Amino acid sequence: MSVILSVKNLNKVYKGDFKALNNINLEINKGEIFALLGPNGAGKTTLINIICGIVNPTNGEILVDGFDNIKDFRKTRSLIGLVPQELVGEAFETVWNTVNFSRGLFGKPADHAYVEKTIKQLSLWDKKDSKMMTLSGGMKRRVMIAKALSHEPKILFLDEPTAGVDVSLRQDMWKQVRALQESGVTIILTTHYIEEAEEMADRIGVINNGEIIVTENKIDLMKKLGSKQLILELYDPLNFIPSSLSKWTLELNSDKSQLTYTYDSIKENSIPDLLSAICSAGILFKDIHTKQSSLEDIFIKLVKKS
Amino acid sequence: MNLHSIKAIYNFEMARWWRTVGQSILSPVISTTLYFVVFGSAIGSRIAEIDGISYGSFIVPGLVMLAVLTESISNASFGIYFPKFTGSIYEVLSAPISYVEILLGYVGAAATKSIILGIMILTTASFFVPLQIQHPFVMLFFLVLTSLTFCLFGFIIGLWADGFEKLQIIPALIITPLTFLGGSFYTISMLPPFWQKVSLFNPVVYLISGFRWSFYEKSDVSLKLSLIMVSIFLLVCIILIRWIFKTGYRLKN
Ligand SMILES: Nc1ncnc2c1ncn2[C@@H]1O[C@H](COP(=O)(O)OP(=O)(O)OP(=O)(O)O)[C@@H](O)[C@H]1O
Ligand SMILES: [Mg+2]
Repeated sequence: MSVILSVKNLNKVYKGDFKALNNINLEINKGEIFALLGPNGAGKTTLINIICGIVNPTNGEILVDGFDNIKDFRKTRSLIGLVPQELVGEAFETVWNTVNFSRGLFGKPADHAYVEKTIKQLSLWDKKDSKMMTLSGGMKRRVMIAKALSHEPKILFLDEPTAGVDVSLRQDMWKQVRALQESGVTIILTTHYIEEAEEMADRIGVINNGEIIVTENKIDLMKKLGSKQLILELYDPLNFIPSSLSKWTLELNSDKSQLTYTYDSIKENSIPDLLSAICSAGILFKDIHTKQSSLEDIFIKLVKKS
Repeated sequence: MNLHSIKAIYNFEMARWWRTVGQSILSPVISTTLYFVVFGSAIGSRIAEIDGISYGSFIVPGLVMLAVLTESISNASFGIYFPKFTGSIYEVLSAPISYVEILLGYVGAAATKSIILGIMILTTASFFVPLQIQHPFVMLFFLVLTSLTFCLFGFIIGLWADGFEKLQIIPALIITPLTFLGGSFYTISMLPPFWQKVSLFNPVVYLISGFRWSFYEKSDVSLKLSLIMVSIFLLVCIILIRWIFKTGYRLKN
């Protein structure tokens, strides 16, 4: 897989000596959806803004499709579309003008058909002559996306694209993001909704206090850090866990009808032994299921640790 | 040179202006008309001719410059301050354009507005007083040069300002006094000798003087000196802008 964006030894110290990014190294593969997770103030927006040319780096190097983002800024910036975290825009402009402006600003010749298609895809066509100030928050967010797509970028940054977007629209947006990915666009998004990352991302990066703690393939990450639970629904309430099962860390729930075994999904290989030991202890169960820890659990674990 | 981008900024700025063109043009035109009524007709009829020109006609070049200066600064400073204020500047900063191109778009649009305004005021004036423009090309040259220079200056103020008060403070504290004392309503030679000397430190004197020369071939200082002084001011603005762009001052964190 080829790398489309690479960040090397990037540092950012804001005025007043605040270190917002600490030696960031990151590679994004062509065509993937990468989710950047991290608590408020972790440095997500700062990182994106430096890549896009809005904030100056203190030092470090950023290559976009092999081009340096400062020396070859014309090349790199025309490859990138950005949907910023804040909803900003010209309040008195119409949707149509504002999206066409973005296309021109990025040096592309006017193409009304393409802009029309983009606006329609984002279900904004009936609002095209409305002024920005008359739109709802979710609509404004979609205008920002239309603006970012107006110049046909190869890399799209979505800084919290679904903040304040209702559930059905959020799923719509997920669909659109996938469609974009299928058309060959690389997508980097930040989000505070873990289920969004879990649903969308191919790879996940976690940033905290300006440092990347981990970048991993989503499935590997969940495997690696995810603990799993095996839950047995018992036939009869069990008063205590027999000593023959003391080898395993088992838990009995409060009404004594459920036996839970928590284990590491990678190292564990004694489940057959456990089950036969339970059978020989004479414990009957009517159902059995497993639960994988969610990305959210993993995330909380990671951030707490660092 | 990224022409599409410059055009996009230029057109966007002009469109913003067209939406409120009534206000943008009307208010300076009305205030200029009031000057004519008050100074040209009411008071002017009691003032003797200056350099053989009726007072009403004498003040026309000064009034045009006054309006062009003020509007250049306010248009250009607002043009760049506004996106900084709303945050929409992010898009300009992330676009594949150089600072020079950003400048051409914003300052070009602001200067166009100033030039249109100057011509509107001249036209208005011609309804009130007899006007003669002996050197129309010099006149236009001064109009364009002044518009550009002060739009640049306004652009710098817009970059520097981090609040609406700062946007107002330089025009109010420096520009308005300089323009009023710059010889719009009198010739420098009418002042006591000491104040004549002081006036020579006022750049606006050279602008108005040169501009007036293009109308009536009468001036406080020589045309050459006027041109040199305006060019120096333009150069200072360009150097300042270069520094701002090099450092990203007040544009990027
Ligand atoms: N212009 C600035 N000047 C000084 N400090 C800043 C500036 N912008 C951001 N910071 C600081 O840098 C840190 C990282 O901010 P950033 O906006 O990148 O966080 P984030 O991860 O995007 O957070 P959130 O999830 O809240 O959007 C914060 O502590 C913030 O206060
Ligand atoms: Mg952020």
